[in-house]
Amino acid sequence: MKTSFLEFEQPIAELEAKIEELRYMQEDSAVDISEEIKRLQQKNQSMTKDIYNKLTAWQISQVARHPQRPYTLDYIQGLFTDFEELHGDRAYADDPAIVGGMARFEGQPVMVIGHQKGRDVKERQYRNFGMPRPEGYRKALRLYRLAEKFGLPIITLIDTPGAYPGIGAEERGQSEAIARNLYVMAELKTPIIGVIIGEGGSGGALALGVVDHLMMLQYATYSVISPEGCASILWKSAEQASVAAETLAITSSRLKTMGLIDRVVAEPMGGAHRDPAQMMQTLRRALVDELARLQSKPVPGLLEARIYKLMSYGKFKETAVK
Amino acid sequence: MSWLQKLLPPKINRAQGAGKKTVPEGLWSKCPACDAVLYRSDLESNAEVCPKCGHHHRISARRRLDLILDADDRFEIGAEVQPVDPLKFKDTKRYADRLKATQAELGEKDSLIVMQGSIKTIPAVVAAFEFKFMGGSMGSVMGERFVRGVHACIEHKVPFVCISASGGARMQEGLFSLMQMAKTSAALTQLSEAGLPFISVLTDPTMGGVSASFAMLGDVIIAEPNALIGFAGPRVIEQTVRETLPEGFQRAEFLLEHGAIDMIVDRRQMRDKLATLISGLQRKPAVA
Repeated sequence: MKTSFLEFEQPIAELEAKIEELRYMQEDSAVDISEEIKRLQQKNQSMTKDIYNKLTAWQISQVARHPQRPYTLDYIQGLFTDFEELHGDRAYADDPAIVGGMARFEGQPVMVIGHQKGRDVKERQYRNFGMPRPEGYRKALRLYRLAEKFGLPIITLIDTPGAYPGIGAEERGQSEAIARNLYVMAELKTPIIGVIIGEGGSGGALALGVVDHLMMLQYATYSVISPEGCASILWKSAEQASVAAETLAITSSRLKTMGLIDRVVAEPMGGAHRDPAQMMQTLRRALVDELARLQSKPVPGLLEARIYKLMSYGKFKETAVK
Repeated sequence: MSWLQKLLPPKINRAQGAGKKTVPEGLWSKCPACDAVLYRSDLESNAEVCPKCGHHHRISARRRLDLILDADDRFEIGAEVQPVDPLKFKDTKRYADRLKATQAELGEKDSLIVMQGSIKTIPAVVAAFEFKFMGGSMGSVMGERFVRGVHACIEHKVPFVCISASGGARMQEGLFSLMQMAKTSAALTQLSEAGLPFISVLTDPTMGGVSASFAMLGDVIIAEPNALIGFAGPRVIEQTVRETLPEGFQRAEFLLEHGAIDMIVDRRQMRDKLATLISGLQRKPAVA
């Protein structure tokens, strides 16, 4: 598949096009231009490195939403075996914006649940752009309980613009569905690992994000509101989105510094989509580590640590009052 | 009437007259629902419910607590917890300045006030939102005060009541704000484990992160009449689905009809209703 480039990657795109052109020329050329190609490839690498070393928060949120970025089902295929998808909330419908089921990770049975976005126009619509409705959260809830019952650890993959703001979603209790997941995840008697693989969009992400250990891919984002949404409310102009992105502190590095996530998983140069195989390998190693650590803990201690962590969220001061 | 007044066009004359009749600020109040002009004192003695049309006016957190709790033996929980500006957030105004200005205007430090006391002699902890404090938004202080309220309940074996009025998350605290959803919901698992009731009262408006966490987790969920309650704001939904929203969408009556809440209770009966519910859930003698 041809890589599609973001606006700020245009210099890389131009260079890639030039390399492509030279390669094409070389095929029916008597002159050896492989040296030149090599030189340009090196230049391309260092240029990508330069650009990616100083990405702004807004640029990172573009990478997090890149149309070629690996999605939940790609990670399931790359990291797990024997995936058995389980469908439906047993009450209303099966929501394709959340997928989940049993699988094996390094041979060990686990429950894996994630938001799912679509790749082309048709699939995007089918997956509702990764924006779940209440039945999606209720399916996730059912699978959490199922995992707990049979002692399977849970891995959640987070990638959503947010919960779907629709009429039917409100009628069927979007708020309650999210709230119930936060409640149940806080007391679920099995280890839970969360990985933000793309967009961590507010409450819709959090409903899969109350976990023992929260990882975030390097160029993923996690935010209480989208930069565009925040800009249009507080700055009264969606054009201030890049300022809002910076101010909101939505990137993995800033959230790690603030103690709101546990681990940043490095991405390949240019983002996960440039080298999915390498991305899988890095994430696999991180998951192996963490799963072993969490599974060595007895469940009561695990729950105590989870509650302690949840209770520690927030920044405030304490002042003596009369 | 002087010769000058006779010469003036009648419009100006009337305008002058109207100016003279202006009522002193604060004595009268106009009901936004039925346009009736009401005596402030009538409205106050009626729990800020319009005596003409029953519209429930928005009220302050302290007034709310006065309407619910017995007058004596109450004390505030978590007043020592006060906001900071963890992100050094600045939009058109600094968050720090916004906080200062709001605090000075309202005399409150943040959007949630928690009090331990009793409701018709039944001991309880009651939390109430101050909607005027940045739209009752949920920040770190709101979350921490909520949790301290819940923990006080566990310590004293008393039920917890939370009366919500909030637009949702406080954007100026970024992800710290979002995490309060997880924090408050987790605290409720501890309350449940202690076998203590949580009654959630939803008032106008209860939206976003507040409705998508503790507010929808009540053992019993009560709403005030016509309160706007939902996850996404009506404008966002309208823009997303490009449809006009049905009549009464996201109102308390709509939620009752769709099975999302237990009951709608008039503010003037709220105190009695809460006492009945918690005495029943705690297997205590009925209150008079």
